[in-house]
Amino acid sequence: MTQTLPREWAHRAPAQRAILWLGWFALVALFVWCWQIMSQDTIWAFVWDAPDQALDIGGRMMPPKWGYLPQLMKPLWDTLNIATLGTIGGVIIAIPVAFLAARNTTPSTTFLRPIALFIIVTSRSINSLIWALLLVAIIGPGLLAGILAIALRSIGFVGKLLYEAIEETDARQIEAITATGAGPAQVLTYGIVPQILPAFWSISVFRWDINIRESAILGLVGAGGLGLKMNASLAILAWDQVVVILLLILATVVLSEWVSAQVRKAII
Amino acid sequence: MLKIKNLSKTYKTGDTALSDVTLEINKGQLVGLIGPSGAGKSTLIRCINRLVEPTSGEVWLGDVDLAQLGRSELRHQRRRIGMIFQEYALVERLTVMENVLSGRLGYVPFWRSWLRRFEAEDIRRAYELLDRVGLLQHADKRADALSGGQRQRVGIARALMQTPDLLLVDEPTASLDPKTSRQIMRLLTEICAERGLPAIVNIHDVPLAQSFMERLVGLRAGTVVFDGPPTDLSEDALTEIYGAEDWNTMRPGDDDESEGPLDVERAAEVMA
Repeated sequence: MTQTLPREWAHRAPAQRAILWLGWFALVALFVWCWQIMSQDTIWAFVWDAPDQALDIGGRMMPPKWGYLPQLMKPLWDTLNIATLGTIGGVIIAIPVAFLAARNTTPSTTFLRPIALFIIVTSRSINSLIWALLLVAIIGPGLLAGILAIALRSIGFVGKLLYEAIEETDARQIEAITATGAGPAQVLTYGIVPQILPAFWSISVFRWDINIRESAILGLVGAGGLGLKMNASLAILAWDQVVVILLLILATVVLSEWVSAQVRKAII
Repeated sequence: MLKIKNLSKTYKTGDTALSDVTLEINKGQLVGLIGPSGAGKSTLIRCINRLVEPTSGEVWLGDVDLAQLGRSELRHQRRRIGMIFQEYALVERLTVMENVLSGRLGYVPFWRSWLRRFEAEDIRRAYELLDRVGLLQHADKRADALSGGQRQRVGIARALMQTPDLLLVDEPTASLDPKTSRQIMRLLTEICAERGLPAIVNIHDVPLAQSFMERLVGLRAGTVVFDGPPTDLSEDALTEIYGAEDWNTMRPGDDDESEGPLDVERAAEVMA
């Protein structure tokens, strides 16, 4: 033990420190630059005017026209149906896609897995509203377009989270089931499904919760539900009706969030 | 019963895990496989039921060469080989009973296993085995609600549910405390003796291997360097297997061997 021990210790090497410092500096510079571009195109007169405008619209919203509420029940029911049926449809398609996309369950990594990943990315990269816009053009306005839009957007979300859950399963449990002489379908139902079931329910309910929000605005492009009424009320500047719709959406979302929290609590 | 001839395994990374292993195990024989980590113990037993594909060599179980089988024939033969794992490898979210019954998966059609509609005879045997390993009252608990020793008992019952001709046991006690380890080893040896079942047991605890196994095989870097009864395992043999070390401090003589069979019952009560 005659060797001399180092006296100093630093968390990062000097070069690392310099890079880190430069990185932060670049980030701040970028922020300043973006701020300048943003302010260039802003018409400041409108911004200074904003509090007055907000107060004005707020004033027109008061008092809310509660008598409008009964007329909203049918569109609300439509919205719930769009969200629920869309979620169910999306989940049903997402399950096989997830198994094809997961590295440990896909039958072919070179062919089927890229296809499954492509389906997931496509579905995820297009917003429900855009899906609805396309579908309204293709199959005409109405509930069906909304349901399909929600389903198409859900495939990617559920598929991605589910395939990650499949890849995170404990390989030893699967190995043990394989070692009993079980067939591939049995390995799936005994080794993998019990492991991903909690994730599956929690992902599905979470997506349903998101879909309720999204389906409330799909009507803006003609896909049925509350959005349709919103569009109509906005068009005639009936702010006292708009506020009733907004409050109804808020109440529905709070309720769906409560339901999804209960479901998740029950399965974990 | 089990004949392994010139078995070799080289992984894709180029690591040679086994080179030219030849081994014969007779009916009812308990063989402890000892050796340092990375010696190829785990690979050797996984090459037998082909959870790991051997690179070359033959594995004869009775008159079947397991190394040559196609997919479906391999599944068929795997039913004859029960396997017990280091960290139990139970399906944690299924009940104890479902885990035990999963030992029958190779025998029942998919729809029966999916609907959990096992044959009455299977259910009777599952209860019998749970009773044998002392877990009858835990049948409907979820596997992750049990203690380590209890889980390993479920693992044993699952393997026996296959009505195997051979048991492969991978470090059965590595995650257990010394006392539970002994209880599990005792249970294993008793069960093998009752059924005349041969077993290959990977074990890194040499004193434990010496007190429970009737034959020890030492692996070093994928080759068999010792094969004989525990009494032949001299210091020289240990050095041959593991490399130089002061072996006297870990000989079984130093170990407390006072616990009698009564302890098992007492411990079972405590665990219940």
